[in-house]
Amino acid sequence: MIVRDIVEKLGLKVCSGENGLNREIEGGYTSDLLSDVMGNADENHVWVTLQTHKNIMAIASLKELAAIVLVKGYEPEADAAEQSNEEGIPILSSEEEAFELTGKLYEIINQAK
Amino acid sequence: MRKYRADLHTHTVLSPCGDLEMSPVNIVQKARERGIDILGITDHNSTLHAPLIKELAVKEGMMVLMGAEVTTKEEVHCLCFFEDEEKLSEFQKYLDQHLPKMPNDENKFGYQVVVNEKEEIIDEVECLLISGLSQSIEEIERKVHDLEGLFIPAHINKMMNSIISQLGFLPPDLNVDALELSHHITKEEFLKKNKYLSKYNFIKSSDAHYIENIGNTWTNFFMEDLSFEEVRKALRAEEGRKIELEE
Repeated sequence: MIVRDIVEKLGLKVCSGENGLNREIEGGYTSDLLSDVMGNADENHVWVTLQTHKNIMAIASLKELAAIVLVKGYEPEADAAEQSNEEGIPILSSEEEAFELTGKLYEIINQAK
Repeated sequence: MRKYRADLHTHTVLSPCGDLEMSPVNIVQKARERGIDILGITDHNSTLHAPLIKELAVKEGMMVLMGAEVTTKEEVHCLCFFEDEEKLSEFQKYLDQHLPKMPNDENKFGYQVVVNEKEEIIDEVECLLISGLSQSIEEIERKVHDLEGLFIPAHINKMMNSIISQLGFLPPDLNVDALELSHHITKEEFLKKNKYLSKYNFIKSSDAHYIENIGNTWTNFFMEDLSFEEVRKALRAEEGRKIELEE
C-alpha cells in the first residue's frame, strides 16, 4: 500500500510533497501532541493530526513517516508545505474529522496487509 | 546593578481557574508580603485585570508587567507583556478578535469576572477564556513584538500546553525573550534532556491560581531600575543585565 492508494480511496487533497506519493505505508498513528508522535509513531506510518505548524514536518522527517493527513479540511502553514516538497513527504488533507478518518485508514491499511 | 525579585506568572479571579480570593487588592497585598518587586499579571487570554493591579501596586512601590497568558492555535501557553495601557488595549483587541466565541459554563470552568478595588464585580467575560486563539504561535509572537512587547513561552517542561508537549521542540527561529520553567524541575535537570536550549535564558514563576502561591517561586533580575526596558535587557542578558533562578 502506498500513499497514492489512500489519496485515491479516501479522496484526500494533496497539499504538498507530491513527489512522495509512492512512499510505502505500513501503519498509522493519530495524535495532536508532537512530543507524543515523536515517542510513538513508527517509520512508514501515516500520521493523522490537526496540527499545521512547520514542526510537523520536522517530526515526520525524523521519524521517516510516509505522510501526514490533516483533518477537517486544514491546510499546512506555508513553511510546512515548503519543507514537505523538499523532503518528499506528502501532506494530505481530508474534510473528515480524526475519528472517522482514522477508522477508514485503519480498515484499508489492514485489508492490504 | 540592583537585584529585584520577579514573579511574572500569576492568575487573577478573571481566569476561570483562578480562585475567587484572587482579587487585585489581595494579589498586590500578598505580593508585597512576599517581597516581590516585579509582578506579572497573566490571565488566560485576557488583559482586563492588569491595569487596576498596576495602579494598586505602584502605590506599594512595586512594578507590574501587564499582559496575558495566551493560548496559541497549537494550544501552547505563552506569556505576553506590554509596556503601557495603549499597547495592552491594542493587544486586547487582537485577543477579542481571535478568541473563539464559545460561551463559558461557569459551573464547569469557573467564574470569569472583573472586579474593582472594592472587590465589586464590574464585568463578566462571556467567552470561555481557556480556548485556543485562531492564531499560530508565530503570528502571536509577531503581534507581541510589533507592539514592542515581551514574549515568553510558559512552563515549557510541562507535558500539557507547553511548546515542547504541543510542538515537540522549540522552533529555532521563534523569537522569544526568555523561556519559563515550572517549579517542578531545575534548570540543570531540564537542560540535561534539552541541550539544544542551553543558549536561552530561563525564568521561573509561581503560576499562582491561589493567593498563598503568589511569589512562592521567583526569578532574580539584576538591572539598573524598575522599567520595562530594563526588564527586556535583563531577560535577554544585554548590557550587563541578567536574570538568575533561585533554585
